[in-house]
Parts: sequence; structure tokens; C-alpha cells
Amino acid sequence: MNRRDFLTSSALTAALAAAQSRVAPPGGGQAGMATNSRGGMHIDREKCVACGNCIAVCPMGAIYVDPAIQRSTINYDECVECSTCLRNMSIVCPTAAFSLEEVAWPRSVRREFSNPQNGHPSTGIAGRGTEEVKTNDVTNRIKVGEAGCVIEFGRPGVGARFRDIQKVTMALAQAHVQFEKENPLTFLIADQSTGVLRPELLNEKIMSAIAETKTRIEHVPEVLDAVDRISREIDTVLAVAVSTRCDENGEEKVLSALLEEHGYSYKRAKTNLGLGRATNAEKRGDRA
Amino acid sequence: MTHTLHRDGDANSFRDDYILLAQVAKGHNDEGAVEKLRTILRICAAHKPVNMGNGDLAAFHPSPGSGSPTVGKKDLTPDYEKVIASVTKPYNVAAEFDTREKLEAALRDIIKADLGISVNLSNSVEGAHQCCRDTGIKRHSIEYSLGFMDRHNHLPSSQVLEISTMCGHGMVSNNLVEQMIAYVKANDRTPEEAAAYLACFCPCGAYNPARAKRLLEEARTRQH
Repeated sequence: MNRRDFLTSSALTAALAAAQSRVAPPGGGQAGMATNSRGGMHIDREKCVACGNCIAVCPMGAIYVDPAIQRSTINYDECVECSTCLRNMSIVCPTAAFSLEEVAWPRSVRREFSNPQNGHPSTGIAGRGTEEVKTNDVTNRIKVGEAGCVIEFGRPGVGARFRDIQKVTMALAQAHVQFEKENPLTFLIADQSTGVLRPELLNEKIMSAIAETKTRIEHVPEVLDAVDRISREIDTVLAVAVSTRCDENGEEKVLSALLEEHGYSYKRAKTNLGLGRATNAEKRGDRA
Repeated sequence: MTHTLHRDGDANSFRDDYILLAQVAKGHNDEGAVEKLRTILRICAAHKPVNMGNGDLAAFHPSPGSGSPTVGKKDLTPDYEKVIASVTKPYNVAAEFDTREKLEAALRDIIKADLGISVNLSNSVEGAHQCCRDTGIKRHSIEYSLGFMDRHNHLPSSQVLEISTMCGHGMVSNNLVEQMIAYVKANDRTPEEAAAYLACFCPCGAYNPARAKRLLEEARTRQH
């Protein structure tokens, strides 16, 4: 799908409708006055008293007190539209000076990938829009002998530009991974055989995104090596995870052994306990 | 969302950090799932969690119109009933426990309820495995965190990261954590006040204020 097609697609319509529904501050209240041509988060200079409470609150460090006007000001290039300032306004801002204005494509992706209370139009899922192995007992996304390689960009507290994300998606494509279809970042890849993203996105900055891929277990070291190499060329931080199925006894000794053999350490894990099952009428009887 | 996976710290640091996440599979078991998610939260609430959330609202949350801000000095207490009542989407819910015993007790009740919703446990690899052995669960799938690749030294100290990464969506800023550590060291906030304040910034309820309180206490002690 080229950009023209995308701009007329139902996906864009859904994205805009979702954005429009979120103009009002979470929890109610009045939508902000349209005083900022860029849209997005706005600080009312008439209300701001430059107390500075909001500066430390911003995960991207994008708020500062402008010495020329003595008011809190947003660096819009660094702001990822996460709404942390607005969501917590009642315990941060004594004059309720924050409000949210409409944003247009492509800046709207900032909000989709930064505010966890926003659903992603492509998957309908909030947060970063992914299920990974959290529902593998139901969906069987990662099958026996397969491994999920999950590369997260920008967290904690750094943020990422899509131009850096593209370097990694291109490296992943060269490592012959399979991109997960039900993932909002995959939705933005223009060509999955090369990992190239939609060009209009490349300068947009977001809080975090996840490249969700899978491959055969034996190829995991190759994928991790590719990520390790490209990580030196990007101006952000990566969080890396790999996943797989356990055996019939609930043990997992294949992937862990492979990781140890290749010098990767792991201290923490997310464990799917296998309590899920398909219960929707048309899915009942399916076994993962 | 890997919002509970990449917490900073060693296995010992996760001794008071047991996260239970129930996740609906879109298109597979989302019909009637809202009430099942509420049931899971009710079960968890009965076993004294330290936080809970439903993706939109956490037990610790800022209250609109509740007075002027005082940056961490407000009386912030968890509201579990509000979290349960406000589950409206078939998505996910989370509960945080500060002991393995509480988590296992909740898990046993969830197994008994047989709801068919996927349940995940985030902790150290061994800690989660032990919970499964204790409750007779055979693990289905596992996702290992290999940690952070920070080639250009963007990240702050581990002291800050251990506290900030408990909000996996990045809503608890590193700068705010540094500010709270400074306040606690200056005896301008108690660790409990600072931890509760930080928890308010995590809207999905995965933040662990009990572990944050301990880490802030350790930060204060380290100074002396």
C-alpha cells in the first residue's frame, strides 16, 4: 500500500476517528482551545505560573521554563504526546494549564505509540498493541520449535525516532524473521521483505514500539547478533526478549541452553501459565 | 505489551515483586471476558495486592479536582473497587503482590475459577518457576528478558532504573524518580509518600509501590 492508498484506507479513517475521540482530557473535562497550529499537548500561557512541577514529570524531558516568557513550554520536536502531564494534571499543575488538541498524520503516531491508554487502530489493542506469548496458550502464535524475538525501542525514558527503528527492522528483515501480523509496528512497514517503513514517519519520535518477530529456535543467535550489530548505529536504547514454548512437563531447556551457549544472560521472564483457552462460539474446541 | 518484563534489578531485587497479568486473546476468548476479568481482580483483591489495574485505571491514580498539587505529599491510597468496577474492555488486568505466598494463594483461586483467560506471571525466571511448582502448574510458554542494549549511554543509574522501569510503558520518568530520591534523602517525603506518588503515573497498575518504597528506603540509607 503506498501513501496515497493509505491516506484513503479504512485504517487511516479508524486512526483519525480514534484520535478525535481522545481530544478531551482522560477522565472528562473540556477539550483544550485550539491555539497551537501543530496540535497535540498544549500549555496555556495565561494559566501557567511557571512553578516547574511539570518539568520532571515529562518522561522525555520535553518541558522547560522558557526564560524569555517565564512560562512552561513544550519542545514539540521532543514531545511524544504521551499525555503523562495531562493525565496527572491534578497532582502536578496547580492551575490546570494543560490541554490536548487534535493532531494530524503523521504526528498522530506519536500518541498511538506513546500513550498506553490509546488503542492502536491496526490491532485494537492498547499499550504497545501486542499480545506476544501472553496469549500463546490460546493463539499458538509461537509453535513448538519456534522462538519469538521481540525488540523494543526507546524505553526506558529515551524515546526513539522511526528512522532508527527502520535500521533495526531492515536488519531483522535481512535475518529472515517473520514479522507478526497483529502488531502495530508491522502495520507501518511498507515492505516486509526489506523492513522499510513508510517514509513520512521517519522523523517522528515515540515513547516506545515493539518489533515482534518469530523464527526457528536455532536461528535465534543469528537474529540477536544482527540486532547487536545494528544497535551500535542507532541513537536510542533497545530492550530485547526471546520467547518459546515449554515442553509437555512445563520445562524449557532448549532456548535457555542456546542463549547461555551464546553468552546471553536472562534474569527475568514472563511466564504464560497455560490457563487460557478459546471460548468464543466459533473458536471453541481449538487447542493451542 | 512487554510492560512487566524488562524491570531492572537482579533476582533478589524481585523478591517483593510478583505480577499477575490476565490477558484476553482478541477473537478467541473475548466474548464475555469483561466479567471474567472482573472476577480475576476480585480474587486478587481478596489476597491483599499492593496495586491493581485494568489498562485504563490503576488502584493508585490522580484524582481530578482534588485540590492543589503538592508534588508527592498528597494522601494517596489504592482504590481497588474502582478498578474492578471500571473494567469495560475485554483486554487485560494486572495485580501486583509483594510476597510469593499472596500470589500463589490468588493463583490457586483463579485456577479453581477456571475462567479460560490467559494468565501470566512476571518475576525472576526461578521465582516464577517456583510459583508454578508450588501451585501444580505446567508452564505453557516463557519469554526471557535479555535486558537493555544501551550503546550510547542514554540510561541513568541502576538506582533510578530499578524504580522507573516498574512502569513498563515509561510513564514514570527517570527525572521524576531522581527528584523523589532527592526528596526522600532530604526527609522532605517519606519513602511511602514518594512511592505512592510515583505509582500514580502508571495508568495500568503494574507499578509496584511496595518495591519502590523499599528501594527508596535503601537509597536514603545509602546516603548515611
